[in-house]
Amino acid sequence: MNHFPAIIMIALATVTASLFGLVLIPDWQMDSFVAVEATTPDGSKVIYPRPLDDWREKPGRDLYRGLGCIYCHSQQVRPEGFGADLERGWGQRRSVPLDYILQRPPFTGTMRTGPDLSNIGMRQPSEQWHFLHLYDPQITSKGSVMPPFKFLFTESDQDSVPDIGAIELPGGGQGSPKWIIPNEEAKQLVAYLKSLKQELSLDDLQ
Amino acid sequence: MNETASTKTTELGVVEPEVVDVLPSERWLIDQSCRQVVLLWYGSAVFWLLLGSLLALVSSIKLHTPGFLADSAWLTFGRVRPAHLSTMIYGWASMSGIGTMLWLFARLCKTQLAWREGLYLMALYWNFLVALGTFEILRGNSTGVEWMEFPAWAAAPIAMAFLVIFVAAWKMLAARKTKHLYISLWYLFGSTMWFPFLYLGATILIQTPASTGIAKMATNWWFAHNVLGLWLTPIGLASAYYFIPKVIGRPIHSYHFSILGFWTLAIFYNWAGTHHLIGGPLPVWVVTVGVVGSLMMFIPVTTVAINHHMTMVGNFHVLKSSPTLRFIVFGAMSYTAVSFQGSLQSIRAINEVTHFTHYTIAHAHLGVYSFFTMVSFGSMYYVMPRLVECEWPSAKLIKVHFWGTAMGMTMYWVGLTWAGIEQGFAMNNPDIPFLEIVSRTIPYLWSRSVAGTLMTVGHIAFAISVWKMLRHRGASASVPTLFNTTRFRWLPFSRAEVQS
Repeated sequence: MNHFPAIIMIALATVTASLFGLVLIPDWQMDSFVAVEATTPDGSKVIYPRPLDDWREKPGRDLYRGLGCIYCHSQQVRPEGFGADLERGWGQRRSVPLDYILQRPPFTGTMRTGPDLSNIGMRQPSEQWHFLHLYDPQITSKGSVMPPFKFLFTESDQDSVPDIGAIELPGGGQGSPKWIIPNEEAKQLVAYLKSLKQELSLDDLQ
Repeated sequence: MNETASTKTTELGVVEPEVVDVLPSERWLIDQSCRQVVLLWYGSAVFWLLLGSLLALVSSIKLHTPGFLADSAWLTFGRVRPAHLSTMIYGWASMSGIGTMLWLFARLCKTQLAWREGLYLMALYWNFLVALGTFEILRGNSTGVEWMEFPAWAAAPIAMAFLVIFVAAWKMLAARKTKHLYISLWYLFGSTMWFPFLYLGATILIQTPASTGIAKMATNWWFAHNVLGLWLTPIGLASAYYFIPKVIGRPIHSYHFSILGFWTLAIFYNWAGTHHLIGGPLPVWVVTVGVVGSLMMFIPVTTVAINHHMTMVGNFHVLKSSPTLRFIVFGAMSYTAVSFQGSLQSIRAINEVTHFTHYTIAHAHLGVYSFFTMVSFGSMYYVMPRLVECEWPSAKLIKVHFWGTAMGMTMYWVGLTWAGIEQGFAMNNPDIPFLEIVSRTIPYLWSRSVAGTLMTVGHIAFAISVWKMLRHRGASASVPTLFNTTRFRWLPFSRAEVQS
């Protein structure tokens, strides 16, 4: 039996077929999506999606990737009638391909041990909330199974404010540490989290 | 080896007995040619199995006790978990699979292992790649692409390793002394081509600007699903197709079914990946295609199931004695289960509940562990004694291995499947606060840690056996190590186990 070359060709052809069908053709279809100019509800013009800044948001995204946040948090809001993402307030609309065109790779995720984050920047605009949450999730979300990221902070027991960006821990009077000072990485990560916004409605994007 | 004694006269006129060695059996020669190479792939695999189990336990404990080992960025959950996946897939599963694959190639082609030096070096090189890749993940350099977390540069070196394996396979097929291509060879040869194609293709599309945004996600799941579908599954099925008939000593149920199963797998499996993206931000038709592909998988799965299970019918009593068969039949049954489960969960109504939950994790372990890993264990129980020429040191250790892994896996699957279904229904009910859902899953997460511990105990028992084998501490080569040695003598079926 000397059909080997033929068998190899057919076997590779089957995979190539799915490569075209599942990957390349959708890619060509979505290739035409480019950032659009849209009007926000308050009337100002914005470019959507907005590129991340190089100062904090981009390194923050790298930290998000390196710390493996995607293994517990998705970044995709499912459409109405499929799950309860909108009812839970995880987003104001479903996510669409346009939201991801600048992301390499997109962190859509496949697991929700924690809540979806596609719109976390809108849901939790407070920087302080994010810092406390990262330092010890139990402070802001009692019963969470998220690991504490204390290694992103410097702790202090000082009575007076130890640093310009220091945050007083709630109930810090009794225990130590009293203050936490977010280091540069914590600031980058929070800058990235705050950039996660799917604020424009689908009509705005038309 | 048959030996005939005769005498010969030396130059000095002294008559001394001479052992005329009738040529060693062909099988013995083939096994000896595989010896060092396959044992190196196997030994390394067991090392990664142990390390992977350790990483698994750490990440499992972290899920219900988040403060555990939380002070180090290196050991944070989001790093330990992908490190576990990568050591298990690329370290344990791939290395044990390649070991079995090389031995099967040589045996089924009735030719000595080709390009031994290359394959030996490749084993060292592969270990180095997995170690470096895992190190990069732990230090925060993962790509963030599930199932291909190794840095992007790893794609070319991985493809190079496969080139060597491909060439060796090709050489053996070209030199084969059999006319007939046994079904296992089809699967094995297919996987040697598919995997590097997938890895290279996916890396290029994801890591370069070659594709846009969400198409990279489609690529991710096209790849990740096919690691199981077109890499581990063919090796697992090839092993099951070889060892089940071999151990019970009767042919496979239907040759035509096996070929049909092969081609339908090749055609449909690689379309199934996008069922991970149902409800996601993709054009609906892409997801629909994935759902159709998943449902079409009923064809290859049913044919394989009929073939494996029908071959077993009437021979289930052999399971009492043969470790190889017990592990492999457990694996083959899991394959049927995991595949039907996979097809069903691609249905939108089911996916709406199960997606994003622990159910998916249970499903993935049913595939990679319950099916592939168990088949791999069974294969190693058969192959190693033939390479080392001594038997497994202790039936007790094998029992601990089997029951630890089988019970651990069952507990793992039941707990997480239930947790996932409960979690999914609760998540789709906006009246239940999210943190309440989290707290509801915690008992199941504990059960996962207990299950993982049982599996790890099994792995340790296995590692001790392998270590003793490698140091020739096994029993004599003439009697196989069976679960039940007293009954063995009455069973003519197990003879195949004894033959080298």
